[in-house]
Amino acid sequence: MRHILSILVENEAGALSRISGLFSARGYNIESLTVAPTEDPTMSRMTIVTVGSDDVIEQITKQLNKLVEVVKVVDLTDGNHIERELMLVKVRAAGKDRDEMKRLADIFRGRVLDVTDKSYTIELTGTGEKLDAFLTAIEPGVILETVRTGASGIGRGERILKI
Amino acid sequence: MQLTGAEIVIRCLQDEGVEYVFGYPGGAVLNIYDELFKQDKVKHVLVRHEQGAVHAADGYSRSSRKIGVALVTSGPGVTNAVTGIATAYMDSIPMVVLTGQVPTHAIGQDAFQECDTVGITRPCVKHNFLVKDVNDLAATIKKAFYLAGTGRPGPVLVDIPKDVTQAKAEYAYPKSVTLRSYNPVTKGHAGQIKKAVQLLLEAKRPMVYAGGGVILNDAAPQLTRLVRLLGFPCTTTLMGLGGFPGTDPQFTGMPGMHGTYETNMAMQHSDVLIAVGARFDDRVIGNPQHFFRSDRKIIHIDIDPSSISKRVKVDVPIVGYVGDVLDEMLKLIEGSPARPDPAALKTWWAEIKEWQRKDCLRYDKGSALIKPQAVIEALYRVTGGDAIVTSDVGQHQMWAAQYYRFDRPRRWINSGGLGTMGFGLPAAMGAQLVNPQATVACVTGEASIQMCIQELSTCKQYNLPIKLVNLNNRYLGMVRQWQEFFYGNRYSQSYVDALPDFVKLAEAYGHVGIKIEKPGDVEGALKEAFAQKERLVFLDFITDQTENVFPMVPGGKGLTEMILAEEL
Ligand SMILES: Cc1ncc(C[n+]2csc(CCOP(=O)(O)OP(=O)(O)O)c2C)c(N)n1
Repeated sequence: MRHILSILVENEAGALSRISGLFSARGYNIESLTVAPTEDPTMSRMTIVTVGSDDVIEQITKQLNKLVEVVKVVDLTDGNHIERELMLVKVRAAGKDRDEMKRLADIFRGRVLDVTDKSYTIELTGTGEKLDAFLTAIEPGVILETVRTGASGIGRGERILKI
Repeated sequence: MQLTGAEIVIRCLQDEGVEYVFGYPGGAVLNIYDELFKQDKVKHVLVRHEQGAVHAADGYSRSSRKIGVALVTSGPGVTNAVTGIATAYMDSIPMVVLTGQVPTHAIGQDAFQECDTVGITRPCVKHNFLVKDVNDLAATIKKAFYLAGTGRPGPVLVDIPKDVTQAKAEYAYPKSVTLRSYNPVTKGHAGQIKKAVQLLLEAKRPMVYAGGGVILNDAAPQLTRLVRLLGFPCTTTLMGLGGFPGTDPQFTGMPGMHGTYETNMAMQHSDVLIAVGARFDDRVIGNPQHFFRSDRKIIHIDIDPSSISKRVKVDVPIVGYVGDVLDEMLKLIEGSPARPDPAALKTWWAEIKEWQRKDCLRYDKGSALIKPQAVIEALYRVTGGDAIVTSDVGQHQMWAAQYYRFDRPRRWINSGGLGTMGFGLPAAMGAQLVNPQATVACVTGEASIQMCIQELSTCKQYNLPIKLVNLNNRYLGMVRQWQEFFYGNRYSQSYVDALPDFVKLAEAYGHVGIKIEKPGDVEGALKEAFAQKERLVFLDFITDQTENVFPMVPGGKGLTEMILAEEL
């Protein structure tokens, strides 16, 4: 099962390597990892997307909690949550394909950020699935470059991760 | 008053009440060594290799309940120390390791004797710090001691760049520490404790399985009371020996790969198993699939939530200090008239007695060669069962664990988790320093002892009258045993050729050496050695080379799939 873990961690040098080191040392998967400081600059928030059985996820959570710099760990997939990822994709857009590409970007609520006479750079946000769907909707040959941030997530409603 | 970083380091150690620091100087720590020189509160023990410093601090910690301290220089000082740090980490030993680092401006420049200490040690410490500002130094050292000794203990490392030891700051040693990100759960959940007690009282085939957590948390008295009150059989792991008296009739011997037949059978066939500060290690339960039984309930008390349901799913997890949890359990049981069904217990004990009739630790007592087991039994008699025994790693370690019966905690000191050859002698140094009146013996093998043999020199310098019991079988015995059992007697690189003359070697270091070749001389030699209270004596026992450790659960097999001596 795919899980999204949200982690509050001391904003200290080395905290990231402790966490990524834990995943590699114990053979856990990381599908994506994002991290940035929160509104409180002494604290960072990390979102890790991982896959594993319930037992494995339980161990991951316990092991994360054991790290001295980890303040709090929440499995967002335990409840209602919002997941968003940002993707920038540069596509070939010349001749008759140009209009088609623009239309497709519109359908996916993408924004064209940069234009040349041969290409578009499109910004898309959404769940990982939606971004995948966009990439499968366009012909593989026209994709010049993609970059994705990995998912970040937040609980819905009153579910709040804070100390 | 403004102090230099080096002065602050020493003041912190003094204020922390540190008596001994085990270390080795070098460029990056010269300022600290200069401050050590100017005072005499904190005593420094100069080892001969940084691995020895960390093992000594470790033995110091294990045999007392204090936090051992090691001090090493940057680069090679640190890399030499890593084996010791990893050893302490695997056995959850509280320790503070102070390391020198190149000056902050040189970090990342591939400076002379630079290494990424925090990076190299990250996976084998409870936590580590790089102190970049002298103003953070005292608070960081305080945090290190706090982290090392609380929750699940472990080694904590503080890396201090040379310029930080020169820079000045106001000194104040913090009285307490709070870390918002570190709040171990130490008090067991009352509801869970009640559930556990209920299970224990209803058990028909109970088994108490205690580990190193009992020793670390000084919970032996509570464990002993509980086991005696309930009349249950009790086993302690390699790390838990002494947590329950080894001579008590309710003690069934060690579990696991070289555990007793009766303990392994009882672990497997119990209907309620209570694990106290133990972690279902692969060397203890063998193959977890085989270990699993749907009709057995498991209670697990541990300070570390991640140890619970890691290898074995448990029914009643209790997170907390084992001593506190056992106290709560005792209160509930003592306050209630309910007791386990005596008839059921009687039947269960009869079954266990039947298993005990296998006499699985039997060995040939009439042999013309010295049997290693006989040496340990003689050691037990000669020391009145009250020595602090450290060991190295191999067959001799298992024999020491099987045949020396430990009645008290912190008397058996070995590297259980990492299995580090070379641990025994330096660990004995730390143990002897912190227990100057105690009899300290190190059970070792001719291969293990050579991994930290240089520490014989340290023993001379500090007059440490350790007794080395070398079970010399001219083989990497444990390796040879596996090759005999599982590799068709192909003894690849396990014969130890060109051994030194250990008697002469001991003498060269200024000690006494005795070589023993006949079974009839074993006890006499031990008596002679232990009578020399002021001297280190190296006893070189030339033992039966073909002896193996039994019983044995082969790797990956189930607990009841034991090889016994008679089956070969
Ligand atoms: C540092 C290290 N290297 C290798 C091993 C693997 N190993 C385990 S036991 C053993 C043999 C130990 O020989 P010895 O000290 O003579 O003890 P014996 O088994 O003969 O009693 C070896 C090589 C180890 N545990 N530690």
